Amino acid sequence: MDFLVGWIAIVPSYATPLLLASLGLIVCERAGILNLGAEGLMAVGAMTGAIAVLSGADPWAALAAGAAAGIALAFLFGIATVVMRADHTLSGLAVVAVGLGLTGVIGRPYMQKTFPGIASFGEMFGIDRSSALGRIVAVQDPVTLAMPFLVVLLWWWLMRSGSGLRLRAVGENPAAADVAGIDVQVAQFGAVLVSGLLCGLAGAYLCVATSHVWVEGMIAARGWVAVALVIFARWNPARALAGAIVFGSADALVPRLQAIGADIPVYLAMMLPYLLTLLVLVASSMAGRASGEPSFLGRIYLRQDKH
Amino acid sequence: MMRPAGAPGGREATSPGVPLALDLSGVGKSFDGRPALSDASFALAWGEVHAIVGENGAGKSTLMNVAAGVYAADEGVQTIDGEPISPRSPMEATAAGLGMVHQHFRLVDSFTVAENVLLSLGRRGAVRTVAQASAAIAAKAKEIGLPVDPARIVADLSTAERQRAEIVRVLLLGARILVLDEPTAVLTEEEAKALLSFVRRLAGQGHAVVLITHKFREVAGFCDRVTIMRHGRTVLAGAAVAELDEGEVARLMVGETLTTGGRPASTPGDVRLSVSDLTLSAGPHAQGLASIGFDLRAGEVLGIAGVGGNGQEELVSCLISLSRPQQGTMLLAGRDVSAASPRERRRAGLRVIPSDRFDSGLIREFAIAGNLALSTVSEGAFGGPLFLDRARMRKAAATAIDAFDIRGATPARQTGLLSGGNAQKVLLARELDTGMTVLVAHSPSRGLDMKATQFVRSAIRRAVEGGAACLLISEDLQEVLSLSHRVAVMNRGAIAGCRGIDEVTPEWIGALLAGHA
Repeated sequence: MDFLVGWIAIVPSYATPLLLASLGLIVCERAGILNLGAEGLMAVGAMTGAIAVLSGADPWAALAAGAAAGIALAFLFGIATVVMRADHTLSGLAVVAVGLGLTGVIGRPYMQKTFPGIASFGEMFGIDRSSALGRIVAVQDPVTLAMPFLVVLLWWWLMRSGSGLRLRAVGENPAAADVAGIDVQVAQFGAVLVSGLLCGLAGAYLCVATSHVWVEGMIAARGWVAVALVIFARWNPARALAGAIVFGSADALVPRLQAIGADIPVYLAMMLPYLLTLLVLVASSMAGRASGEPSFLGRIYLRQDKH
Repeated sequence: MMRPAGAPGGREATSPGVPLALDLSGVGKSFDGRPALSDASFALAWGEVHAIVGENGAGKSTLMNVAAGVYAADEGVQTIDGEPISPRSPMEATAAGLGMVHQHFRLVDSFTVAENVLLSLGRRGAVRTVAQASAAIAAKAKEIGLPVDPARIVADLSTAERQRAEIVRVLLLGARILVLDEPTAVLTEEEAKALLSFVRRLAGQGHAVVLITHKFREVAGFCDRVTIMRHGRTVLAGAAVAELDEGEVARLMVGETLTTGGRPASTPGDVRLSVSDLTLSAGPHAQGLASIGFDLRAGEVLGIAGVGGNGQEELVSCLISLSRPQQGTMLLAGRDVSAASPRERRRAGLRVIPSDRFDSGLIREFAIAGNLALSTVSEGAFGGPLFLDRARMRKAAATAIDAFDIRGATPARQTGLLSGGNAQKVLLARELDTGMTVLVAHSPSRGLDMKATQFVRSAIRRAVEGGAACLLISEDLQEVLSLSHRVAVMNRGAIAGCRGIDEVTPEWIGALLAGHA
């Protein structure tokens, strides 16, 4: 029971970065731009968040700084894919390499230094931790609380609003969108920047709110899990919430098992989220055409130039 | 805003004082230096249904694409309802009252009809939500009597339903001139009739409708006037349909004189290729083949004319064994090769010039020497399987480059860097080798300039005079008529008729092209 409560209590903090990143990717990919760069964007966000706090910034300002760093890196990705029409897959892998490389170089002096993070509800309101519910609520923070609202908001915007409709049209059939008077490149660039913002925020949250310390490589492939999560979610924010909870639970199991001193091979346990990712991808590919993938995802749209 | 004008029904031509719905004059348009339109004109009155007919490539779609803002004209004047306009985008043309429904619909498949309409109406006007768009569609559909369900996903709609959705969308955008590009080509006979009655009604309400078609007979009963185009020019401007007979239309479409001459000066010998009962079932995007049969003799060119998409690609694909027909036999020089692989057929002397030279002909990224060696390298022409004799390849390539006058080429140069005509020469140099006995040439001069076209045709002529047999499949009627000893016409996957060149008349070919014999 104790184990279960402890596990449930930390699931949201593990699910939140995965959810933030996959929501960003959903927006981006709904506009037809395949974004494999989440790992790099998150890495840059995490490091920037850590530097900001260690430089004396408020943890909330650090989250904003992390998001801004994500936007900056996504801007380069947007230049490559949207403006120069480079291959999405290669550009995405380049973003991962650049993100991981930059953080390794710049972040070195800030490694292994612990810092105060975002206050949890327990610290803010002095919640009584004697009950199970109290224990669970006390370790949550405003960001995890905001997640369901963000999901609803994004879902509504994508599926119900006029501008969401236009964004999806660009990802499904850019030629039709073009004829309908939509600026395809503006829409795509905007979507790329949103993915940078949310992935950067995801990385910063991981660092500033969860670990309270920055180490190189701390994203530990969570960006790739987010990429898989998007497929699992069929590009739907609501399903991404469910998926993030599943993946987050698997991710959170490892520290809990370690905490209670369970006698299982650590590396085997750490493999669990990735194994789950693999299974999800296999299952999704079997779902076939109903996958919900935007029809023009990852392809380059060039208007038939008027002669 | 446009206003309906002209006499109700508008069966007569323009009346003085009332502006034309659409007036185009002196329109010229070139693509990469090749003229698609020259001094083309078109006049459309309010309240009429006006057909533009012509062969493939006559310029009818291009002219309407200019009017609809898809292409910018090089020269010419356009007015809509008397107002001069040169639309730079489809949105501009639609705002001025002209909307076009293309052959390939511009709809987002995964969206509902209402979402597609909302997308186009976008940030202007009163319609801002899906519910409002649905209401607007329902109202419009009721007003014009065209059943359209706004809530359905486009991907689930039949072609006719998609077409109706496109029409309603264009009308909701404010179009009072409706241009339909080959609207009946994708419809069943029943659906086509329903559509044509609808456009008749629409014209009765004061709209103006343009029907682009190469099947005049299908639309004749529903049109007031017809404009005929040939080679980018208007050859008959707005004649009343009632005063035209069909032979006249066919003759104007095809041209006064059937060009002859330039045919290989050889007499047909033994049968080299014999195809019988070739049948292929239709796929989702492919025309089927219905019991195709013909004999092709040495020293003979059999031309297959036809509007594109009537099974030509599928026929070529069966002949070279890329597709497996459900039934039929194929003999190459008397030997049954029905079950033979592409390689075996090539060994038996079959060569092919595909319609898209970079699709199944040449490898764009390869050096010219590599493309030239591609078909013989596996026969050991350039060394064993392990070591290529690259010097011999280069030498052979240099010889071919000289012999075929391939400009801008060296053996090591990448093939994709050549111009279309010179790339085609590379293909010819490879295919017209000494082992060739039967040549299947599909639109061999498509997209080439005059000089390259001449080169290709004379290369085919020389090959046939040297004893080869050639099946020439082309949408370019002049090409078929000028090279062939016999002419067959393909329609809906079948050979609609076949005659010796001396018996071919414009009326006969016009009727078969249009799909009725």
